[in-house]
This record gives sequence, structure tokens and C-alpha cells, in this order.
Amino acid sequence: MSGRVNAVTSTPALPSRRRVGDRFGDVFLHVLTGAAAAAAVTLLIAIGWKIFDIAHPAISKYGLTFITRQGWDAIHNRFGALDLIWGTAVTSFLALLIAAPLSIAIGLYLSELAPRGARTVIASLVELLAAIPSVVLGLWGILVLGPFVGKDLGPWLHRYLGFIPLFDGTPQNAGILVAVLVLTIMIVPITSSICRELFLGVPTELEEGALALGATRWEMVRGVILPYTRTGVGAAVILGFGRAVGEAIAVTQVIGAGYGIHWSLFATGDTLASKLAEQYDSATTKIQTASLVYLAAILLVISLLVNLAAQLIVRRFAHQRTGGS
Amino acid sequence: MEADTMRAVAPIEIAQAREAPLSAARREAVFETRGLSVSYGKALAVANVDLSIYRNLVTAIIGPSGCGKSTFLRSLNRMNDLIPSAKVDGEVLYHGQNIYGDGVDPVEVRRRIGMVFQKPNPFPKSIYDNVAWGLRVLGMKDDLDGRVERALTQAALWDEVKDRLKKSAFGLSGGQQQRLCLARAIAVEPDVVLLDEPASALDPIATSKIEDLMHELKNEYTLVIVTHNMQQAARVADRTAFFTLERTESGGHGVLVEYDETPKIFTQPGDQRTEGYVTGRFG
Amino acid sequence: MAVDVAHFSLTPSPRTRRRKLVNLLMQALATIAALAAVTVLAVVIISVAQRGASALSWDFFTKTAATFGQSGGGVANALVGSLVIVALATVMAVPVGILVALYVSEFAPPRVADLVRLVLDVLNGLPSIIIGIFVFGLLVIGSGQAAWKGSFALAIIMLPLVARATQEVLALVPSSLREGALALGASRWRTVLGVVLPTSVGGILTGTVLAVARAAGETAPLLFTTSIAANTVTWDPRQPVLSIPYDIFVLSESADPADHARAWALGLVLISFVLVTSLTARLLLVRHRKRLEG
Repeated sequence: MSGRVNAVTSTPALPSRRRVGDRFGDVFLHVLTGAAAAAAVTLLIAIGWKIFDIAHPAISKYGLTFITRQGWDAIHNRFGALDLIWGTAVTSFLALLIAAPLSIAIGLYLSELAPRGARTVIASLVELLAAIPSVVLGLWGILVLGPFVGKDLGPWLHRYLGFIPLFDGTPQNAGILVAVLVLTIMIVPITSSICRELFLGVPTELEEGALALGATRWEMVRGVILPYTRTGVGAAVILGFGRAVGEAIAVTQVIGAGYGIHWSLFATGDTLASKLAEQYDSATTKIQTASLVYLAAILLVISLLVNLAAQLIVRRFAHQRTGGS
Repeated sequence: MEADTMRAVAPIEIAQAREAPLSAARREAVFETRGLSVSYGKALAVANVDLSIYRNLVTAIIGPSGCGKSTFLRSLNRMNDLIPSAKVDGEVLYHGQNIYGDGVDPVEVRRRIGMVFQKPNPFPKSIYDNVAWGLRVLGMKDDLDGRVERALTQAALWDEVKDRLKKSAFGLSGGQQQRLCLARAIAVEPDVVLLDEPASALDPIATSKIEDLMHELKNEYTLVIVTHNMQQAARVADRTAFFTLERTESGGHGVLVEYDETPKIFTQPGDQRTEGYVTGRFG
Repeated sequence: MAVDVAHFSLTPSPRTRRRKLVNLLMQALATIAALAAVTVLAVVIISVAQRGASALSWDFFTKTAATFGQSGGGVANALVGSLVIVALATVMAVPVGILVALYVSEFAPPRVADLVRLVLDVLNGLPSIIIGIFVFGLLVIGSGQAAWKGSFALAIIMLPLVARATQEVLALVPSSLREGALALGASRWRTVLGVVLPTSVGGILTGTVLAVARAAGETAPLLFTTSIAANTVTWDPRQPVLSIPYDIFVLSESADPADHARAWALGLVLISFVLVTSLTARLLLVRHRKRLEG
């Protein structure tokens, strides 16, 4: 634009008009896209603000004791989040316990073991599992997995492992165990895809260096691949955890809407998210609605913390790699 | 000799090689390849190589790029197995045993035949653990500290790292990392060490350190080095094998042209192609 | 010369044999894990297909739910409702998503771009039920449910997906293309709209299709925004409408086996839609990538 010094030979009048139009167009596009981005940021802030706003009556009434109080009594308007926080913690951690090693194993299979031709096919199939809508998985959970747990798996576990408090109690068609299994099915596809990409990203020369010493493939995995991808796998697992914590629909379909804190996996229960889904049409009083949304606020805080932790780890990991550790 | 050949190797330089190259007479052949050919899928990379590597000598493989030097080297410790499309024909006899025969385990092969790669590739571990890892995996855990120190000393790295063994290996310079990779390879007491252009990513000082090491190491190990640097071969190798690219309609593949004691290759090559290469008449 | 053959033996020593056994065991475990995942996928899909297929019929697609006590009827209102909700959500989300991606990729200074990207990733990770409650609080309290409010909630879910996919494909556009256009004297906005965007259409389409597949299956955001609906087929977005996922949700919790049968059938429809769109998106992605990098 400043190269107009030699414009003597170029057509004079036209360029200036076009340039104003162009300038305007440039600014307009810049502003428009900037506004969209600002809207996205505002949206996130608005979500946080609105949730805490609706929950405010309950927050001011109960304060932080809400988190340590049990029971959800709509008749006497006495509400507490502890049962639900417990339910969320138990279901999510147990699901993670099963899903994390499974996902790492699947990630290794897809990156190291699977026959080359089948690799993308099997990887796509695992990803397809993530595409199944949660309500359909919940439907399958209620009508297929639940009865299986109630009539086959549960009694089997109770018979052989019933001495552990986890498997004490009567197996039913709904409950924490079914919810844990459903959540596992939801976490595994996400986490294993990320693991697979991480494992594929390990430089070949590192792998070759280990193998050239006379190590077996597994020793190479254990000594090079897993340590190298340690941080990323951690982030993937945290992301999976976040997914489990936030799942409302499938969990509410299979967890049986129970109360209290129990040790047995066969008991029914509820999580923060599933309680919200369960009560969506039954909140009558203002304080009940506010308490319900207070639950949502707690869920939001947990979810944000988990998510931010995962995102920050991913970003630090990326820096480390390109910055030449 | 043409005046413009920068790569011309003057006879005087050969005579001033660090020490007189050792002879292969009455030495045992550690490797003997018979009709070794390697192809990647349909493309032949290296054809019909008959070559013997002798004990406690440094053998250099030289030749223009693309003539299969690395492919040949990697077939000596079955590293080509890692490439799915690679196919090996012919035999590679290691102390009389074909390493591609039935019942031979690649893991055992690689334990006895170590490798140092072109780009230094230390593990994302501490300096100590880089050397100790292989020892632990292979069950050589007795006197671990002693073994690590011996390996690092043999690689002329001990003095530089003895005070920071627990620090990450990535904190070392390129030359130090490559010597660490060397220490790692010799810690597990191999019989042979293969070096695939080990100094090509290093500066001249680091390069010369590696070259000095080779003179020491050959007393204990048998060394095979691939290098694109003729002067390096002249400096370190007792015997040199010259490969070249033989062009065909479908592209080309590498062949062994000449293999002899290093001074002879550089001053009185028997084959015209060898002479053309070492006098720099072609690239 | 005496060669110690045993010393140079290449057959596995006992120690090596043990290590190879461990290696084999680990390989077996990994294979079993992968097999388990694929098996679960197969079991779920087969369950849905088997049980759902029997309830499919012409009535199913064209009639609304039968009045209480009577058999027959269908899910026409849910089908139409989902169509309306998702279509509207797509219209809301895609333009904004593209604009945000353009900002991050073409205009934003690096720190701001990082921030916006982080915000998008966090939005993507928010539980969808929270988004439903947000829209409920923002739009539904006081004025009632409506299909478009459900669409708005779905659009919030779709936004990060469209934006990320668009960003990724914009990043693939070689800078030489942009520089070439600018060197010819074209202005920034002409370059973006006339050169950069058209090259990225394939990727944007893929991202949109994937976002649609995701939105079509979401239930939680609709619970609070468009769930209390009349049993008629309506195309009016200002009314609350029934949707496929919500209908499945309600039917699945009922005690009536006839309801279950309808739920399976709806599930079959939904899964088929999601699978077809996912596959389409994947094929589009492969073709688009080939074109850009080829």
C-alpha cells in the first residue's frame, strides 16, 4: 500500500476507490470474526455466571455445607450434595480404573501389534464406539446389560467375591456396577484413540535404539514408548475421567436413582449429572430448583478443573516436544 | 590427478593414516555373507553381496548415496526385519550360523551385534539409565555401577559425565549423546558393533573423538562402519568395501564392487568404478 | 582357531525364552483388549438392530404415538422434531464456528488465538446437561420451552466441533496460496473469502457432518428446553417438539414392553443415522486430505 511512489505508470483513479472498499472489507471481516470469537469466550463466561446465578438461593442458604450434607428431601426442602458427589466419585474412578489399562492396551495394539492392513479398520471400529449416542447405550444398558448383571455377572461376583464389601448385597438389574460398566464403554474409545496417536508419535529411532540392544517388543514398549508418552497418556486419562463425570443420560438410565452412601457396587445410587437428568421435570419449589442447579454448579466446577488440567498438560507436553527437551 | 577434484585422496594422506591397517590374514571371519540381496517390496535395494568381516578389524563400507550401504549394514543385525516390506535373500553367516535361518531369534542376534545410528538417539532417561537399561533388560545386573562406568569409560565419556549421571541424557551435546549411544551399545558386551554413519550429524571435533575411539574399541570388538566420508574411511578402517549403484530400467540397486585392505582401495583400486569414486570423478 | 560356538549361539537362551514368553503374554493381553472393544461394539449394534428391526413399519415412520392403551402408532413427531431441531442448530452453529476459526487462524495475535482455542476446548468438554441448564436459565425460565431453544443448546455443543475442524483445515492451506493471492494485489478479505475458504470447504463440510452426528444424538440439552411437547407433528420451531433421543429416553424408562420395542426401533434409526454420517465424514476427510496434499 505504501508502494504508490511508482504509481505514475499505473492506472490512477481506479485503485484508490478499490482500495477503500478493500480496506473496509478487511476491517469488516476482522471485526466480524473477532466478534464471533468474543462471543464464544463470552458464552463460556455466561454459562458459568448463569449457573451460579440460578443456584444462588441455595448457595446462600446452605453455603459450603451443601457439599457435606447427605439426603435429598423434597418434602421438607432439605437438600445435600454428598450422596451425589460420592456417586460421581465412585462411578467415575472405578470406570477409569477399568478403562485406563484397557485403553493403553488397545492403543498399543493399534500402534504396534495389529496387522498393517487391519490397523485403520480396527481403529475406526473402536472410534465408532464413541459415536454411539449415550441414550442408546443407556437403552442397551437398561434392557440388556442390566439384566445380565442382575442375573449372571452379579450373582457370580457375589458368590466368589462376596466377602469384599464391594460385592456384598443383592445383585439387581440397575445400580452402580451397571453404571460403571456403561461409563467404561464410553471412556475407552476416546482414551484409546488418543493413546494410539501418542504411541504412533514416538520417534522410530528411539524404538530402533531399544530393539538394537536386543530387547523384545514389550521391553521396548515398557522402556521407551510408555515413559516417552507418559504425560500425554495422563492427559488422555484425565479427559476420559471428565467425560465420565459429566455423563448424565446413560448413567441416569442405569443407576437406579438410589439414595445414600453404600459400599456395595450392587446398590443403586446417583451422580451429580444423573440427578440433574432425573429431576428435570420435577423441581417445583424455587429452593428445590436452586438446589438442583447448585448440584450443576458443583459439577461445572469439577468438570472445568478436570478439563483445564488435561488441556494444560497437553499444551505443556506439546511445548516440551517441540522445544527440544 | 585432476586439480579440481576436492575429494581426491592423495596417496600421501593414506600413508599418514593413524596407524598401519591390520591384516585379515589368519583372522576369523565373524560375518560371511553369501549372495545377500535385500529388497523392499518389489524394489531391489542391494544385490548379491559376498563379503566377509574379520574379527577385531574396522571394516568400512563406502559408496555414493543410495547404493544400499545402510541396507546392507542393517541386514547384519536383522534390523531390516522391522520394515514390513523388507525381504532378505541369501545367507548371512555369523560364526558359521545363518542369522536368517530357522530357529534363530532376532533378539539374540541383536544382543550380540550392536548398532549405533546416524542420529544420536538416547532414551528419554538419565545418562546412567541409558546405559543401565539394556543391562537390566538382559539380566546383566551384577555390579551395575561398575558396568556402567566401564562402558562410559570405553566410550571416552566417563570423565565428562561422572558427576551428572542422574541428569537427563538430553542435556548432553550431540557428540556426547553419540558417545553415550556407543556406551549403551557396548555395555551389553556385544561381539560386533555396527555404526551407521555415526559422525555425519556431528561437528569435526566430535567426529574426531569418535574416530579415535574406534581405534581403541577394535581391540575388544569387531567394528563395521558405513560412511559417506572417504577420508574418514581412510583414517579409521583396516579394510574397506566399495559399493556402487548399478542402474537398471526399474531404477537401480546397490552392488559390492571391491573389497580389500584400505590402502589398496585408495591407492591401487582394482576396479575402474572404485578408482572413479575415490579420486572424486563422480559424486 | 577354536570358536566357542556356545558363546555365539543364536538360539534363545533360557532367559531369552522367558522374556519372549512375557512378550507373548503382553501381546495376547493387548489383542484381547482390542477384541473386547470390537465385541462390545458388535453386541450393542446387533442388539439394537435385532430388536429394533421388528418394530419398524410404515406406520412407525408416519404416525404419531398411539393414545394410551391402544397399540400401533409411530414416532413421526419425534422424527420431524429432531429434523427441525438439528437443522436449526446447524444453521446457528456453522456460520459462527467458521467465523471463529477464521479469526483464530487469520487474524488473531498468537496469545489471543491460544486463549480462544483453549476456550473452545473447554466448551467442548463441558457436560451437555450443564449446557441444557444454562439455556434453560437463559431462555426458558419465564417464557417456556421451544424447539429453537433446544437448537440453541445443541448449537453451543456443535460450535467447538465446527470451529476446530475448520481451523485444522485452514491450517492445511499452504501459506504460498495466501501469499500468492496477496501478491497479486488482492485484499485480505478477498483472499480469505475467495481463496482460503473455498480450498477448505471439504474440511468444513466434514466438521459440520461430524457435529451434526453428535448433535443428533444428544439428549441432555433437550431435557430442559424442548421436552414437554404435544403428541402432534409440528414444524414450528417456536413450539416445543419431541426429539428422537428424548423419545428414546422416555420410552426406555417405561415399564411397557411395547414402549421398549419402539425405543429399540428409534435407537436403530438414530444409530443408523449416526453411523452413516460418521462414515460419510470419514470418507470426505480422506478425499479432502488427498486433494490438499496430493
